[in-house]
Amino acid sequence: MGSTSAQHNGGLGRRDVIKRAAAIGLITVPTMSFLASCASSDSGSGGPKAEKGTASAKNPLGVNETAPLDFVLFDGGFGTEYATDAVKRYETAFPKAKVDFRATQKIRTELQPSFNGGTPPDLIDNSGAEQMDMGVLVGKKQLTDLTPLLDAPSVDDPAKKVRDTLRPGVLEMGQFDGDPVWVLYYAYTVYGVWYSQTALDRLDAEYPEDWDAMLALCAKAKKKDIAGWTYAGKYPYYLPFSLYPFIGKIGGREVLDAIDNLEPNAWKHPAVKAAFEAYYELYKKGYVLKGTPGLDHIQSQTAWTEGKALFLPNGSWVENEAAKTTPADFQMKVAAPSSLDSSDKLPFGTIWASGGEPFIVPAKAKNPVGAMEQLRVMLSEESSKNFTTKVKSLTSLNGGTDGLALSTALQAGVDALAKAGDNVLNPRMQDWYAELQKQKIGTGALGELMAGRMTPAEAMKKCQEFADEAAKDDSLTHYKHR
Amino acid sequence: MQHGKYGFIVGFLVCPLAIYTLFVVWPFLQSIYYSFTDWTGLSPEFSVVGLGNYAKMLRDDSFWNALRHSALFMLLLPVVVLGLALFFAFMLNVGGRGRRGAAVTGVTGSGVYKIVYFFPQVLSIAIVALLFQFAYNPNSGALNSALSAVGLGSVQPDWLGDPNLALWCVMAVLVWSNVGFYVVLFSAGMASIPKDFYEAALLDGANRMTTFFRITLPLLWDTVQSGWVYMGILALGAESFAVVQIMTVGPGGPADSTNVLTLLVYQKAFVGGQAGYATTIGVALLLITLAFAAVVMRLGRRERLEY
Repeated sequence: MGSTSAQHNGGLGRRDVIKRAAAIGLITVPTMSFLASCASSDSGSGGPKAEKGTASAKNPLGVNETAPLDFVLFDGGFGTEYATDAVKRYETAFPKAKVDFRATQKIRTELQPSFNGGTPPDLIDNSGAEQMDMGVLVGKKQLTDLTPLLDAPSVDDPAKKVRDTLRPGVLEMGQFDGDPVWVLYYAYTVYGVWYSQTALDRLDAEYPEDWDAMLALCAKAKKKDIAGWTYAGKYPYYLPFSLYPFIGKIGGREVLDAIDNLEPNAWKHPAVKAAFEAYYELYKKGYVLKGTPGLDHIQSQTAWTEGKALFLPNGSWVENEAAKTTPADFQMKVAAPSSLDSSDKLPFGTIWASGGEPFIVPAKAKNPVGAMEQLRVMLSEESSKNFTTKVKSLTSLNGGTDGLALSTALQAGVDALAKAGDNVLNPRMQDWYAELQKQKIGTGALGELMAGRMTPAEAMKKCQEFADEAAKDDSLTHYKHR
Repeated sequence: MQHGKYGFIVGFLVCPLAIYTLFVVWPFLQSIYYSFTDWTGLSPEFSVVGLGNYAKMLRDDSFWNALRHSALFMLLLPVVVLGLALFFAFMLNVGGRGRRGAAVTGVTGSGVYKIVYFFPQVLSIAIVALLFQFAYNPNSGALNSALSAVGLGSVQPDWLGDPNLALWCVMAVLVWSNVGFYVVLFSAGMASIPKDFYEAALLDGANRMTTFFRITLPLLWDTVQSGWVYMGILALGAESFAVVQIMTVGPGGPADSTNVLTLLVYQKAFVGGQAGYATTIGVALLLITLAFAAVVMRLGRRERLEY
């Protein structure tokens, strides 16, 4: 480098340094400029919206029969077939409308530029690892209110509105700040404690309904060299799938609401303390599979299907995700969290179930009415059954499983929902404050608690600090349970 | 000075420079502008918030935490990687005992070693990170299995799952994947050092250590210095991002024990929907990188030797 040596110009070689620094700059600059590559353009709106068509009994929303529809689906655990089937039905109803359907795993990478440019597609399944932050999208007024869809007559029974055909909690999940419904969750996920009935049978055990029974069963398993629990140690935000409903069961729904609302001292509630201490006990007594803190979700699921551990906090997608390693006689089931003791506020059976696969219609969509019609088609019994048959998951349509042969896991999910009745909890932290839930509370506190590196008291204190931080952060849009 | 030399060069480079300006420098200037806004990255609307993001950054514990780790990468990795690479390169080229009458040779089998050292460079860093993730798996990974095999069944660390070890695990991977490149680079540099210097030193009775510090290192200094800056930039930038993002708990954990600035930029922009704030951290990262380069250049200045 440099042709002038230091001793030739007063021993300083300053020009050298500057020249070299410039060369270095050439190397360093690219490391940062990638951010601006998704920079925004200032085109305000993506052109005119499609004219409304004429509403009729067959077309209650008044879809423009010739307007094209642009539909982007997340291509994940549920595949794409259920959506392409629904698209076919849309095209049959509106033969002159051309549906441009795309599926991708990289929702954010593909769609962020179109949001910034003001030319988003009409209908998006905003899901997967690259989910766009819902709180931000709603806060920045980037979405269309889906109320017209919910007030439209349903496909199967025109006397019923779409909103009356949905499972509990689905509608509320789509609301962030009042009446408008910004998101429609299509899949319906049951979260809880997953286990193998076969493994329990081998231990002559039933699913433990209270914590003493849980500890006794774990002790029994330990004698046979089977761990009681494992979880996705690398992504500890899987723990809440059974821990949050446990907290809610002990102290009541309002404890979880306070946590979601980021209220001061929400994490200091006795119910949180009791739940943390119960889980910490699993670690203390050696009932957590050795090495769990270093396992990712797939590795922990595999250890579980191999019978190394009895229980796993997870959601209903696990059946599909772990299908490759699941033995034929596994009899996968899901159950609500065990009771702590008889003083719990809510009965055994209280479970966390909520919508998954969030479908959104951007505010700047050209054909929002078509997008809503497509969703209405998907919420028909035929489409819903098709989904359940193909991907082994329930949909947000209440019912729609009659006459289907369900796997043990799905059946267990249906039974758990029936048992829960009105006691379906729906913590919203992961939808409202993704970063707080995953990076901070999940990885920063719960993971540490279960690895035994934090006491319950420390973990509670830490969670509260994180929550207070988020409550103070005015760059976040804050939401409240109503 | 040859006047007009640069104009002449730029004349030839006008096309690539224009492309570079358009696709690198310009977005870069845009990024700096965005760091003064509250742009979310999800909508075209944003407003200028002045120095708000910078004030927020200075109060942000996660920023300081990531900065600490990035600084550690920047200071430690180049020292370890270049130190190892110099040692290996010296052994491969000059370190052998004189045989077959040649005064200066590498150790036996150095040809094979050279190729083997370069292997990790062939693999993409993402693949390397994935492979090591399997090795670090506490249950069935190569490391703990090896420990069990030699009778250390009681010592079974969680590796990436342990906040006290995770950062070192990540660093070890970066060292493993980068040493080979520098071995080859330094080997090339050593090959151009005239053999007579070594012969003269040997006649004077110099041992390997003396030869290395008195002849090899001074004559290689320019190469070492460039390597130093380059490795520092890698440690601050892309490589550190890839391994932390792929390997660690969370990513960036456990308990934020492995988060680095590049990953924090990514998280704020793409998980937290705070692209404006992310570019602010990016600007900080840029300043640190430039400061690092300037310091290494300053401290590393020596007389150029002509040979």
